[in-house]
Amino acid sequence: MTTNLGHVSDQAPAGQPVLTIDRLQVTFATDGGDVHAVKDVSLEVNPGEVVAIVGESGSGKTVTAKTILGLLPETAISSGAVVINGNNVISVSKSGLRKIRGRDVAMVFQEPSTALNPVFTVGWQIAEGIRAHASDGRRISAKEAKQRATEALRKVGIPDPETRVNYYPHQFSGGQKQRVVIAAALALDPGLIVADEPTTALDVTVQAEILQLLRDLRDNYGTSIVLITHNMGVVADLADRVVVMYQGDVVEEAPSKVLFAEPRQEYTRNLLAAVPHLGRNSASEGARGRLHQDGKVLVEARNLTIEYPGRFGRHGFKAVDNVSFTVSENEVFGLVGESGSGKSTIGRAIAGLNRTTGGSLKVLGYEMLDFKERSFRPLRKEIGFVFQDPAASFNPHLTIGECVAEPLMIHTKPGAAEARKKVGELLESVQLPASYAQRYPHELSGGQRQRASLARSLALNPRLLIADEPTSALDVSVQAKVLDLFKDIQEQFGFAALFISHDLAVVDMLSHWVGVLYKGQLVEQGIGNHVMGSPQHEYTKRLIASLPVPDPEEQARRREAHRALLGG
Amino acid sequence: MSTPTLTPPRQPLFSRLPVISHLKKSVGLQRGMLIVGVVLSGLFILTSIFAPLLAPYGYSQLSDASGSFPTQEAPGGKHLLGTTVGGYDVLSRVIWGSQTAVTVIIVSVAMSLFLGVALGLLSGYFGGWLDRILVVVADAIYAFPTLLLAIVISIVISRGQSSFWGGIFSCAFSITVVFVPQYFRVIRAETIRLKAEPFVESAKVLGASSMRIIGRHIFKNATRTLPLMFTLNASEAILTLAGLGFLGFGIEPTSAAEWGFDLNKALADTSSGIWWTGVFPGIAIVLTVLGLTLVGESINDLNDPRIRGRKRAGATPGTPKTPGSPTSPGTPSTTAEAGTP
Amino acid sequence: MTTVIEVPEAEPGIVAPKSKSKGGGGLGRYIVIRFFLIIPTVFILVTLVFFLMRVIGDPITAAQGGRLPPDVLAQRIHDAGYDRPVLVQYFEYLGQLITGNFGTTITDRRPVVEVLTTFGAATLELSINALIVALAVGIPFGLIAAQHRDKMPDAFLRFFAILCYATPVFFSGLLLKLTFSVWLGWFPVAGRASTRTELTMSGLAAPSGIYWLDAIRSGNFTALGDVVSHAVLPAIALGLLTAGVFLRLVRTNVIGTLGKDYIEAGRSRGVSEFRLVTKHAYKPALIPIITVMGLQIALMLGGAILTETTFEWKGLGYQLVQYLNARDFVAVQGIVVLLAIIVAVTNFIVDIIAALIDPRVRY
Repeated sequence: MTTNLGHVSDQAPAGQPVLTIDRLQVTFATDGGDVHAVKDVSLEVNPGEVVAIVGESGSGKTVTAKTILGLLPETAISSGAVVINGNNVISVSKSGLRKIRGRDVAMVFQEPSTALNPVFTVGWQIAEGIRAHASDGRRISAKEAKQRATEALRKVGIPDPETRVNYYPHQFSGGQKQRVVIAAALALDPGLIVADEPTTALDVTVQAEILQLLRDLRDNYGTSIVLITHNMGVVADLADRVVVMYQGDVVEEAPSKVLFAEPRQEYTRNLLAAVPHLGRNSASEGARGRLHQDGKVLVEARNLTIEYPGRFGRHGFKAVDNVSFTVSENEVFGLVGESGSGKSTIGRAIAGLNRTTGGSLKVLGYEMLDFKERSFRPLRKEIGFVFQDPAASFNPHLTIGECVAEPLMIHTKPGAAEARKKVGELLESVQLPASYAQRYPHELSGGQRQRASLARSLALNPRLLIADEPTSALDVSVQAKVLDLFKDIQEQFGFAALFISHDLAVVDMLSHWVGVLYKGQLVEQGIGNHVMGSPQHEYTKRLIASLPVPDPEEQARRREAHRALLGG
Repeated sequence: MSTPTLTPPRQPLFSRLPVISHLKKSVGLQRGMLIVGVVLSGLFILTSIFAPLLAPYGYSQLSDASGSFPTQEAPGGKHLLGTTVGGYDVLSRVIWGSQTAVTVIIVSVAMSLFLGVALGLLSGYFGGWLDRILVVVADAIYAFPTLLLAIVISIVISRGQSSFWGGIFSCAFSITVVFVPQYFRVIRAETIRLKAEPFVESAKVLGASSMRIIGRHIFKNATRTLPLMFTLNASEAILTLAGLGFLGFGIEPTSAAEWGFDLNKALADTSSGIWWTGVFPGIAIVLTVLGLTLVGESINDLNDPRIRGRKRAGATPGTPKTPGSPTSPGTPSTTAEAGTP
Repeated sequence: MTTVIEVPEAEPGIVAPKSKSKGGGGLGRYIVIRFFLIIPTVFILVTLVFFLMRVIGDPITAAQGGRLPPDVLAQRIHDAGYDRPVLVQYFEYLGQLITGNFGTTITDRRPVVEVLTTFGAATLELSINALIVALAVGIPFGLIAAQHRDKMPDAFLRFFAILCYATPVFFSGLLLKLTFSVWLGWFPVAGRASTRTELTMSGLAAPSGIYWLDAIRSGNFTALGDVVSHAVLPAIALGLLTAGVFLRLVRTNVIGTLGKDYIEAGRSRGVSEFRLVTKHAYKPALIPIITVMGLQIALMLGGAILTETTFEWKGLGYQLVQYLNARDFVAVQGIVVLLAIIVAVTNFIVDIIAALIDPRVRY
């Protein structure tokens, strides 16, 4: 391996890999002692290649990505070699590193709304990167830098870049912001782009556009991409080669098609098996009519409208617009939609956390339009609620046992021994050891907390359960376990459920009947299997076509279909 | 209470006390600042407790067995730090002054803490018109020069004169009026933030009464910043007391020793080059405020992961992450932390 | 002394300029709403001060009780209307305020507005001088501390900031006087100018009242030297107090923004650390900095009262203390209410400036 220490070479040796990582190790100093985030990682990226690094939280994939640009905090100690164009990022001087950043390698961030500085125009921000490299050659005038920023914006498909170069970040939509971030990365034509979860913060329809943009960059400019992601669908859509990481080590490395078809390692096999795949494991498999309609109707929305008031006389915002549906006993109603579709608002309204403003919403016979906390309170023991973020839904000062016992204490006030016994049973029913009652929430992992959250919501044996994105904060393998558990418990306890999620595949796995929300309107509802298989509404069609499936070949076909759909 | 068994605390109570726990997790310069602060504050408190033993004379003593004290005598001999224009012993006045300061701190901070926290919790949780009125009032008072307000209130209470407790209370009460809006703002903001937290919403969904939610779920989480505010306000209380004393709204020298008052009297001495009457009470103020502020600032830094020393980035009191959390049985993943995958 | 440490969680006011409205009107609307918020603020303080002052009793008894025979005193109280119900007096007072009548002092029978016009310039001058010191010290040192956080320069500067805050103005003033006036003899002990300069200044046509400005305008450099030498020590005493707060404020906010993703994004494009601190992090940090600096106007005014007393600087604060000692509560009430209005208006202007910097409000 030839590494260049102090001096920074400008030429990429032809035909050689644009990036070589050799025996990389990264260690962080933390409160709890040293953490070995990356233990032993070696990989290469060739010109024009898209290499995906996949793994769950704690796998070290993001740390690896940051190392490529030398962006690790001072608390990290790294060894090994990360060679870009003949320069070793780990040993190069500070000024040398600064020259490499942006010119040889650039980064695309996860959250476009925080990766752009809110008080500067996007043009200025892109130009900053260009002008930072002025010392490499001749000086670059402000005008020229701006012109090049405009060019970069044009490249990523921002319409009318001459005007928008003077826009501030908040004037763009989420997907456009991510395009701007990509434009900033492209400004100096680096041979390599590191994209750290570039679509995780985006809705699935926008995700498809950004993935297409990244593919075009590779095809048109030969840019190599290191794609960091946890989403196997994204990997199947974009990657040529896949590196699977687990706890700081590379578990398996293979071309994308090979990996998905014949994973060699058990870890990879389990991981792939845990990924929900649209069209498989549907809860409404083979159903011909709507299931579970013989029982009572527990929730009935008729022309439900929920409007948030505007401040200081501004117009209000209609989060839910004229929506009608029912949820019956024993039935799992799945509600899907992208961000801002109003799906969570509906769930919260049913639980009495939001006020309804129009139409009618009957929950267990109670009209929510005339909501009074006092009169609704007796009904609350019939309703369970599971929140999205299991870390935030427990009071950090109470033990898991105290949290799970909370509903009992409020409604039935049992004695100490009885409560302890009941808490133990509840924890065991969600497959947690009863001894976990003694622990504090932060001593549990995310999946365990979400189980405990489920136990708490089931404490009073409710007739209705609302689950608001219960698994979207979890890793995919943990998600699979929690979903299985949810399914078992639903069948065992027989409660009705409103299952809210942005993930079509997850919703389909659990729900008998599915409603699709778009901008506050329920555009389509039907048997889960039918909605996913043959969507009727234009939006549903687009939504389903945008969802990448974890299978490169199937995904390639779907992509073509998607393009045809958009074209036609 | 709700759970049958009280969970054994993970650490002995002692090491979970505010300042002690902060000392444990501090490193390097931050630890140095905290230690200096703790030492200075400790000295201040000890001096006030043992003032009767430490001070060579009484605070209003003008003579002893050997006759009247000389006036404006330079430091040395019988009067280690010299005497004032009125013939008081400077060292004794400085030592006794700490007692006045501690009393004012305790009375004022206790009163404002109680009122501010209660109002902040209720106003933040229930909202509505009462909340709006309180916010406007608190903002109005907050933006107003506190010293002016303290002067006005001190006139009202004591009409500018002063027995020991009269003076203490008028100072303490004027400081209280100034502080209540600050506590109110912080606790209210914290309550509003917590109200939207899933764990509070979850209690609401379970049907917990408002009082149960405030008492069990919000109070403890919202008052995390109180040790910090206590130390910062204690130093402000001293500065306000001294400011009032300096302007002549403090406590008469015959009722108690007060540093600001002494500085006021010392001002006229400066032009004739008499420095000891002013410098020593001044240093006493500076060291005390410095000590308390250092403690407060350090606590603030250690509580805020954004500011806290980088060597220790990681766990915050609210949502801590444990590096070695237990593995879900049978999953390929190990530590499945919430958040971004 | 006054508020110094802003505890991080406190959110400013009820309206934060966070409107996301598309198109025009965002800023205009904000200005209008923010402007109307001055009214309740002033109203509340006026009410508070009025009733507090009435708790003591009527101002005439307070000022002249004991010195006048009871029947004369009663007559004066009756003439001034202080024997009427408090509410009647309150509404009358409100009416007077609206017409710009802040009352007439009891001791020297001057309209309070005249007291303001006579002495306001001196306080304004002191505040401007101190603000210059505070900004010149606080901002660059705050940036340096942020860039070198947790290293020696940072520790030193933070200690300096806390020391600035821990030292009351009257003590730092006393030390400065002792050292630079009494022992070294570099600067005069007290006052705004020597008697001769005072005479020259009052002889000017249309003076601004701010001595150094007037001296420059009239081209009188002897006077300018005199004025500046008088101004140095008070400006440093009051300026350092505020500088400590500014330093801490700049440091905290810049460190906060340095942790944002967009700084890492800038770094990933090869922007230098110096530029990241002084440009990329500083400008977003400036918005909260300016807002909190606005709140420090109150700190400055409180400090000005003490500074003016320490240096016999004949401004509003000095005058206020004279009236307090004379128990002239009409004058005190008038000056306090005037200061309340000044503080409220200044905060309004500062908030608008902060909003102007923030493109999210502007567009």
